Amino acid sequence: MLEVQSLVKTYGAFRALGPVTFSLGREDRVLGVVGPSGCGKSTLLRVLAGLDPLTGGTVRLDGTPITGARPDVAVVFQEPRLLPWATVRANIELGIWDQPASDRAAAVQAALAQVQLPAFGNALPRQLSGGMAQRVGIARALVRRPRLLLMDEPFAALDPLTRLRMQDHLLEMVGQEVPNVVIITHDIDEALALSDRILVLAGPPGEIRADLKIDLPQPRARTSAAFQAEKARILDLLFGPGAHAA
Amino acid sequence: MTDASLPDRPAVARRPPPDAHARTGKPWPAWAARLRRLALALVFPAAILLVWYLVSISGRVPAYLLPHPAEVVVWLVDLLRSGELRHQLAPSLGRVMAGFAIGAGTATVLGVLAGYVLTFRTLIDPTIHALRTIPGLAWIPMFILWFGIGEASKVALIALVTFFPVYLNTMAGVAGVDRKLIEVGRVNRLTGLRLMGRILLPASLPSYFVGLRQSMGVAWIVVVAAELMGASRGIGFLLLDGQMTGRPALVMACMLIFAACGKVTDMILAAIAAWALRWQDTLERAS
Ligand SMILES: Nc1ncnc2c1ncn2[C@@H]1O[C@H](COP(=O)(O)OP(=O)(O)O)[C@@H](O)[C@H]1O
Ligand SMILES: [Mg+2]
Repeated sequence: MLEVQSLVKTYGAFRALGPVTFSLGREDRVLGVVGPSGCGKSTLLRVLAGLDPLTGGTVRLDGTPITGARPDVAVVFQEPRLLPWATVRANIELGIWDQPASDRAAAVQAALAQVQLPAFGNALPRQLSGGMAQRVGIARALVRRPRLLLMDEPFAALDPLTRLRMQDHLLEMVGQEVPNVVIITHDIDEALALSDRILVLAGPPGEIRADLKIDLPQPRARTSAAFQAEKARILDLLFGPGAHAA
Repeated sequence: MTDASLPDRPAVARRPPPDAHARTGKPWPAWAARLRRLALALVFPAAILLVWYLVSISGRVPAYLLPHPAEVVVWLVDLLRSGELRHQLAPSLGRVMAGFAIGAGTATVLGVLAGYVLTFRTLIDPTIHALRTIPGLAWIPMFILWFGIGEASKVALIALVTFFPVYLNTMAGVAGVDRKLIEVGRVNRLTGLRLMGRILLPASLPSYFVGLRQSMGVAWIVVVAAELMGASRGIGFLLLDGQMTGRPALVMACMLIFAACGKVTDMILAAIAAWALRWQDTLERAS
């Protein structure tokens, strides 16, 4: 259970986020976060990741406060952020450097297969395309089998086909290997395809405009009337007449 | 139909075409390209040599001011044949290496610490910058006073001047590591020495090698000054001897030996750097 209570984050005098309150149980496996550019989505993710200290409120995961990086939380950034001097294999291994060496090779190979790069273990980051590099970044997070996976627009740089594939993969893993995912996206189709719940943010300062339960059965047909109706609802929240009210 | 998307979609990273020869048609085979570069690099030295030769055979400049190139070559061959070159080069090389090891070694440790630990940087960095403004040669009298006129003062002088480039570049390298990579370390719970070893040091390696190469350069510059302050062996001593005994060809031979030493040690460092930084995605690598 992820519990966020009256979370506020300021940078100097500038309030980027909050107060924000929500909680995420195991039954809501994937939480999508959408909102206009600069509204505080990445800020929320950084606080959840323990990268930035919060200014006010509390954040707890399974009862313990998040005060810094935790072994059961993994992050996929908006950019691949690979170590350029390390091979793909070594980059992924960074996610599990503290596990016994004998377990690491197999785990890394499995993660490589999950992102469909099984033959690229020895490649250097400069030899990868942007989309391939991003998938290595995803593998580095997955290899840890995190309790909570935080993703900041992880698929934005992927080509449409790979993006659909990665979305399917994510859906296969959530609930089992990865109990909870918080995924930021600017793609409303993506949010709707993946999420059990969607937070619509507005800001800055980032505030929750709507907290929507998405009750469509998986796999979701993106062309279905129900899907399109949900999409219209979110678009209306983001861009509709009331969207820019104070 | 397009995706409904918000306007902060990042651009897909695009790499430049790897083949810079694409616009000139067929690429050169690697060996031919290398040969061409070598030939090009030799044009300028050859021109200097030619001018030198023409001036000295014209008879307009007396030989005690500008010796004939052949005379310099004869000196070089002589020094090599008689074993004199080895005899004089060994102590110079020893001083350079000892000074470099001490200076660059100390600078590596202090540079890393100053780059990583802000308190430590505040503590030592202003002082080091102040000391850096003292010309290296100005230390000579004090070093002679403290260490005598023997080897210690010479090595100390070289250690001193090799310290600064390595310190400055190492500190700047460590302090300038991309925050985004450090965050990757942090979310993977790397701290202290682990963060240092896995992220900070490799990331600052390019700038570290810049420092090492600069230091090696100044080491060869300063070894001459060190040997001028009283030595019985060394290329600097030989050079001074050539001056005292009125043999400009020997002086120029010594100058060439210094040039060769500087060039060779720099090439070695450059080769090590190229190997250690083979992961880099740079303009140089693309060409
Ligand atoms: N380190 C920082 N210092 C100051 N302001 C910041 C910092 N990071 C983000 N902000 C500001 O906080 C707001 C929210 O940023 P962010 O969370 O990155 O937005 P987004 O929703 O696009 O991810 C923006 O107005 C941004 O300018
Ligand atoms: Mg963002």
